[in-house]
Amino acid sequence: MTISSTATTTDAPLTLDDLRTLGEPIAGGQPTGDPAEAWADRKLHYKLVSPLNRRKFTVIVVGTGLAGAACAAALGEQGYNVHSFTFHDSPRRAHSVAAQGGINAARARQVDNDSLARFVKDTVKGGDFRAREADCWRLAEESVRVIDHLDAIGAPFAREYGGQLATRSFGGVQVSRTYYTRGQTGQQLQTAASQALLRQVAAGTVTLHTRSEMLDLIVKDGVASGIVVRDLISGEIWSQTGHAVVLATGGYGNAFFKSTLAKNSNVSAAFRAHRRGALFASPSFLQFHPTALPLGSDWQSKTILMSESLRNDGRIWVPVAPGDPRAANDIPEAERDYYLERRYPAFGNLAPRDVASRAARDEIEAGRGVGPLQNSVYLDFRDPLARIGRTVIEERYGNLFEMYADATGESPFEVPMRIAPGAHFAMGGLWSDYDLMTSIPGLFVGGEAGWAYHGANRLGANSLLSANVDGWFTLPASIPNYLAPLLGTPALPADDMAVIRTVAETEGAVQALAASPGTQGPDRFHRRLGEILYARCGVSRSAAGLSEGIRLIRELRADFQRDLRVAGTAAGFNQELERAGRVADFIDLGELMCLDALDRDESCGAHFRVEHQLADGEAARDDDNWAFVSAWERRPDGRYRRHAEPLTFESVRPQTRNYKTS
Amino acid sequence: MKLTFKIWRQESTAVHGRFESYDLEGAGAEFTLLEALDKLNDQLVSTGKEPVAFDSDCREGICGSCGVTVDGQPHGPVANTPSCRQHLRSFPDGSTVVLEPFRSGAFPVVKDLAVDRSGLDRIIEGGGYVSLAAGTAADADAHPVSHDTAEAALDFAACIGCGACVAACPNGSANLFTGAKLMHLSLLPTTAVERGSRADGMVEAMDEEFGPCSVFGECVQVCPAGIPLTAIAGLNKEKLRAVLRGRGK
Repeated sequence: MTISSTATTTDAPLTLDDLRTLGEPIAGGQPTGDPAEAWADRKLHYKLVSPLNRRKFTVIVVGTGLAGAACAAALGEQGYNVHSFTFHDSPRRAHSVAAQGGINAARARQVDNDSLARFVKDTVKGGDFRAREADCWRLAEESVRVIDHLDAIGAPFAREYGGQLATRSFGGVQVSRTYYTRGQTGQQLQTAASQALLRQVAAGTVTLHTRSEMLDLIVKDGVASGIVVRDLISGEIWSQTGHAVVLATGGYGNAFFKSTLAKNSNVSAAFRAHRRGALFASPSFLQFHPTALPLGSDWQSKTILMSESLRNDGRIWVPVAPGDPRAANDIPEAERDYYLERRYPAFGNLAPRDVASRAARDEIEAGRGVGPLQNSVYLDFRDPLARIGRTVIEERYGNLFEMYADATGESPFEVPMRIAPGAHFAMGGLWSDYDLMTSIPGLFVGGEAGWAYHGANRLGANSLLSANVDGWFTLPASIPNYLAPLLGTPALPADDMAVIRTVAETEGAVQALAASPGTQGPDRFHRRLGEILYARCGVSRSAAGLSEGIRLIRELRADFQRDLRVAGTAAGFNQELERAGRVADFIDLGELMCLDALDRDESCGAHFRVEHQLADGEAARDDDNWAFVSAWERRPDGRYRRHAEPLTFESVRPQTRNYKTS
Repeated sequence: MKLTFKIWRQESTAVHGRFESYDLEGAGAEFTLLEALDKLNDQLVSTGKEPVAFDSDCREGICGSCGVTVDGQPHGPVANTPSCRQHLRSFPDGSTVVLEPFRSGAFPVVKDLAVDRSGLDRIIEGGGYVSLAAGTAADADAHPVSHDTAEAALDFAACIGCGACVAACPNGSANLFTGAKLMHLSLLPTTAVERGSRADGMVEAMDEEFGPCSVFGECVQVCPAGIPLTAIAGLNKEKLRAVLRGRGK
């Protein structure tokens, strides 16, 4: 049986051994010793490229979100010859713009007892001990100057009345370390990063290719040597070779179809590198955001995210009585259950996302869900409005309230918001070592496309941070270390057989897809995939459900291959063709997500296996058997082999996560 | 509800386009305009026709990807609201809705309702940035910025780069876009040294592809980010300031 070729519809239950073999352990290559010193130690040992030699190296950066734009700009500033690719029409569009609440930094300027060590503790614990600790230390250390840099290049961070930078709190954290610009932090950082990128375009160090989608990775003798690209306007398929390739292509939450992600976000660049040999880490670690808009209709295109920052002031509750028919404002205080405050008194409404999402699911499944479809919970601003007034609330959350009112026709100033868990952030992604290099030499990864910082659950406002740290500070140091020994080696010539073969394979695949003779567009299959994943690989998972999920996805793949219709042709602008290729990858990723979730026989963070819970319903992690990250190798025949990178913790002692008392 | 969409269809930049009409049934008043297009496209694909091309991404009004002209109005009937947040409740049941791409000589049609807005990026390339390399910034807390100044900068920085201001302007002017960026950056202390050269460079790039300000103010009525008309006054001020004080100030 193979994982992903043609589907089988046999009724025999799948066993893990049918699905995967076990490979050798792998190593992250982080410096040994005190993880707090790891980054300084590693940087000291990195090889350098002298300024005059830098233009001899071509670096390809795919994606122009925060990580990609930053990496391309920073390498361009240093003098490298950079080619930057995005499928958007402008580098300002990336999904990074949608991050609302803020960016964490362990600057510890206040006297609320923050520190680098506390940032690491919060992040490692928040990720339920499935992150690489040394990487989290790097994140903490670089977070300090990230804020300085972004402020200086034009991000207008919120300021206190004394002129200092303002901060707020996010889930899973008891200090105030989140820097923000109203509810549009991601957009402001992305604007600043894309400006910095365009500055390099104007300076001639970066060549920007918009509306250009990477379709394959060129690997020569095991080394990443270039990419194959489709010009989305002309349809032309061409290649760009270089000395190193960076994938900063974002996360894959859109596998669920209805998610908080932008509609075009996809896994294809990362997954095609995976097909070429890059290991994929923890694909099932997918965060469900507790404050997304509930579904209202079949054609609702997404579950719009309402920023977690709302939980600073808003209080989450459901009626005590299941099916209570009264309007929210008619339910008296005594008949409301502020269940997060009740179950997690120490963190209250700022419990981490996985905990908050599961708690919401518990209430909804117990029949206490609210709204017309009883599929949501209340997020109520009545008390803070009375306490601090409308003006302050407007300043903090004005655009979020407006967005909510616009989408639902209800004003959060008058009635509580309704929220529900929605597929959101991918903690998993292409596996990389401590230097952000994947298992294919020369192929680097940054931002959400990678994996290392967030373990099994990301803390709010750590995603903007990790994308920025990767892009502005880590990759611009680690890539030169890879390039330095290659001085004098030209980039792969365009007429090399590896290039010609990969281009020809891509052309063949695109032509085949365009000629699909069926009756249904790619979105139909994508919607079905999303339904399967929400039901089988969602907020809670079981072995039986996951096996069934794999079976259903195989059926879906067979239907896709038989009945897909791609309107139009491969020549010219064709959004159906773009979507069809992405959905094909999502289907294979969806199966891999189910496999990873089935394989990981424990609960941790966002990965909640119903077989593994404590008496009070909390996740039961199994450090004796599962203190490693799964890194999946896709064999040429489509079968999977699971490698493991052991995780050890020096500075944060593994413990059961407790948000009740500490 | 039932709507008839009269939609501009154009295969590519190089060929002429034409209107075609399509009936959409079974849509709800709560649908966004783009969700209605999703449903229409599903209907077109499953009946063997070619779907309507249009740009969109975040679907929550922050990315600036979407933008269609609805009954002559950039983005749609509700003022200051992007196409992705326009709802069918704005249209009477049974009505005909005309959808065109953003109309401007500076925005060539790519296909159907999708246009090429890269001219806006070339304005930014003209100087809409801060010349500061990664790692060289001073401590952000070392230069206080008043609360009100930061908020004012953000009012201008809120631009999402959708290009509706250009489409709304009879002259196809990008003054609101350019002015917003100039005001955003000139309000912040770390960017002041480039103020003169930025104004010169951006205005020069703008004038190459976009028309002059029409002084009609139609741009601010469609801007989904609510950029105020003072951005244009700011642009003129920054231009004049560069003349009087020189590029290097």
